[in-house]
Amino acid sequence: MTQGSAEVIRTADGIPLGISLQRTLLRSRLRALMLVLPLLAFLTVTFILPILDMLYRSVDNQIVASVLPRTTVAIQIWDAKHPKLPDEPVFEALVLDIQAAYADKTLGRVGRRLNYEKPGISSLFRKTGRQAKHITEAPFKEQLLSVDKRWHDVSVWRLIHRESGALTASYFLASSDLRLDDQGKIVRQPEPRRIYVSLFYRTLWMSLLITVLCLILSYPVSYLLATLPTRTSNLLMILVLLPFWTSLLVRITSWIALLQTQGVLNDLLVFIGLIPEEARLQMIYNKIGTIIAMTHILLPFMILPLYSVMKTVPASYMQAARSLGASPFTAFVRVYMPNTVPGIGAGCILVFILSIGYYITPALVGGRTGTFVSNFIATHISGTLNWGLAAALGVILLALVLGLYLVYDRIVGVNNMKLG
Amino acid sequence: MKQFLQMAVVMVSTALVAGNSHATDLTIVSWGGAYAASQQKAYHDPYLAINPGVRIVSDDSGAEGLAKVRAQVESGNVTWDLVDMVAADAIVACDEGLIEEVDPDTWLAPAPDGTPASEDFFTGTLAPGGTNCFIPQIVYSTTFGFRTDAFQGKQPSTIADVFDLATFPGKRALEKRPINNLEWALIADGVPGNEVYEVLSTPEGVDRAFAKLDTIKDHVIWWSEGAQPPQLLADGEVVMASAFNGRLFSAIAEKNQPIAMLWDWQAFDLGGWVIPKGGKNLEAVKAYLRFATDTKRLADQAKFISYGPARYSSAPLVGKHAELGIDMKPHMPTDSKNSKTVLQFDYVWWADHRAELDERFNAWLAK
Repeated sequence: MTQGSAEVIRTADGIPLGISLQRTLLRSRLRALMLVLPLLAFLTVTFILPILDMLYRSVDNQIVASVLPRTTVAIQIWDAKHPKLPDEPVFEALVLDIQAAYADKTLGRVGRRLNYEKPGISSLFRKTGRQAKHITEAPFKEQLLSVDKRWHDVSVWRLIHRESGALTASYFLASSDLRLDDQGKIVRQPEPRRIYVSLFYRTLWMSLLITVLCLILSYPVSYLLATLPTRTSNLLMILVLLPFWTSLLVRITSWIALLQTQGVLNDLLVFIGLIPEEARLQMIYNKIGTIIAMTHILLPFMILPLYSVMKTVPASYMQAARSLGASPFTAFVRVYMPNTVPGIGAGCILVFILSIGYYITPALVGGRTGTFVSNFIATHISGTLNWGLAAALGVILLALVLGLYLVYDRIVGVNNMKLG
Repeated sequence: MKQFLQMAVVMVSTALVAGNSHATDLTIVSWGGAYAASQQKAYHDPYLAINPGVRIVSDDSGAEGLAKVRAQVESGNVTWDLVDMVAADAIVACDEGLIEEVDPDTWLAPAPDGTPASEDFFTGTLAPGGTNCFIPQIVYSTTFGFRTDAFQGKQPSTIADVFDLATFPGKRALEKRPINNLEWALIADGVPGNEVYEVLSTPEGVDRAFAKLDTIKDHVIWWSEGAQPPQLLADGEVVMASAFNGRLFSAIAEKNQPIAMLWDWQAFDLGGWVIPKGGKNLEAVKAYLRFATDTKRLADQAKFISYGPARYSSAPLVGKHAELGIDMKPHMPTDSKNSKTVLQFDYVWWADHRAELDERFNAWLAK
């Protein structure tokens, strides 16, 4: 017994050392946790929860079942495939639901929700809501049918049947230019209404182009910044940072003044006779405008990571390459550039991710061909109040960015990236 | 030191007590610029002068009004007391149950001759789209302005001229949304104004409207902010632009730009107040509303901006511009000379078709 207890090393107050050590470690971990807890709580409340809520809205469909509770239950026994109207109990349930919803002012919400799927439902519910109070006894079916002839349309009932669940795919379908047809099959939107697929495609390729342009323009500037003597490079750095510190709207407005058809650049071109007065160039309110303005606005996000990496490349590397017989070009391409890859990676990913979600610049200078997905998300949030569709578009955009990030990680390696 | 501390404590606590008894803060949301200034001068200032217990906090985020009202009401944290909205947004908010219902005759002041409010406001304006949450202040219109120096000889005078590139060459600016543009396209194509929505309800009618817009598509700059079209006209970027009439008035009368109005088939719309549900100062809001929407106050607003007051009894009181001294009546969209042809915006029709036509319009734009 005395032997066993002798094997356990104890601290001064008699607790085994192992346990004491664990306690101390736990305490210090807890202390560390307590230190980050405010930030964690802040992020959870202000960032993570709202995002999750927004993501959930892209599939949330409780509105139909909560406003029309009797109908969504009663209609389940109806065979939606059959081209026959539901029976009396479903009509009775709907009349009662509509009367209740009209009284507590929720009918408009469900009307708007279903109107996304089938134009005209909004006014159908509005009209029925006003008149349903006169329907007090059976036969409900006959009376509801006489309120509006659209209740004869089986597709209206199929829609209610289809959207009676708590979740819906229709927002995601809509943001992929698809829809459910009358039979519940997924079909493409009619040609004149297809818009989002090409919009995502445009957002991606324009962001990519802006990233490439930023890289091409930034590389020499960053090289100068990193290699010039401090006094000159400081001056250059101020020139880089000054626009960065100027208000975004001021910079965009300046681009409008420069690029518009009666603007500075066109005036100059006409003045020196390069283009005739009647053929002034349209350089803004289109794709070109968006690309020029955004490339300029995002340049510092490329220059700064590039500069910070280039600053760490020792000049002796180039000298060594030259002394080993490399031409200046070879030395630059084979020795200098590979050393700057972490900066290129960081700058590109920063600029690309920023530009794919950019909103205000495309909105102001994008005209009809240079707008991005984010502009449509904004419209649906603040204009049409279709938050479900906005959320679905946002989820797809987020998934695209994450997907591209993974591809980037596979090819370049995220560890190979340096922000400064 | 001790005395000083005691004094400080006493001062702070009296300040707190005074602050608490210092009645209500009303947060009123409007659109900023000349419009909010006109409300400040015509409504807020005189109201504050006779109600020293009230403070008004002005918020200029009217453009995000609908989305923010929804966010506030859904989260149960309503900080806005009164919001200035256009009628179409008020209908959506009312349908969604986000704003209070209004009882005009108990809430609002009657006309000076005793006519109850429900009969004194322009017919139908208290119930746009069959809703009852909206208190109109102004009638504004979206109409056209053109540069007077752009054309030799004949000047544009009808909506058809906007679509006539042969006689009136040059770029146009139109609002980047289907609303109004589709209606104007059909009217310019020969559809009688009162049949526009009937025609638009058929697929062929929509095709016809887009076909007409196709004829000028390459010559249009699309605007999305109210400040853009007067600027585009002033810069000479476009020769004609659809714009809010108050903005055009400001460019013409206050900034002396070479711009003239084209009132043909101007599209009437309403601006007015809505009350987010769940606000904490409902009684104070009602008291303010009773004052701010009475006959005199609505007529006073027209001294500062060229939007028509929404009451019949206010119209005869409209006088001269407060600073420029020009008679405001001829600049009102409701003036008989300007309103010979008016497009009556159909809220219910657009509630049904907005989502569908927005998509089609945007797809059409991108092509």
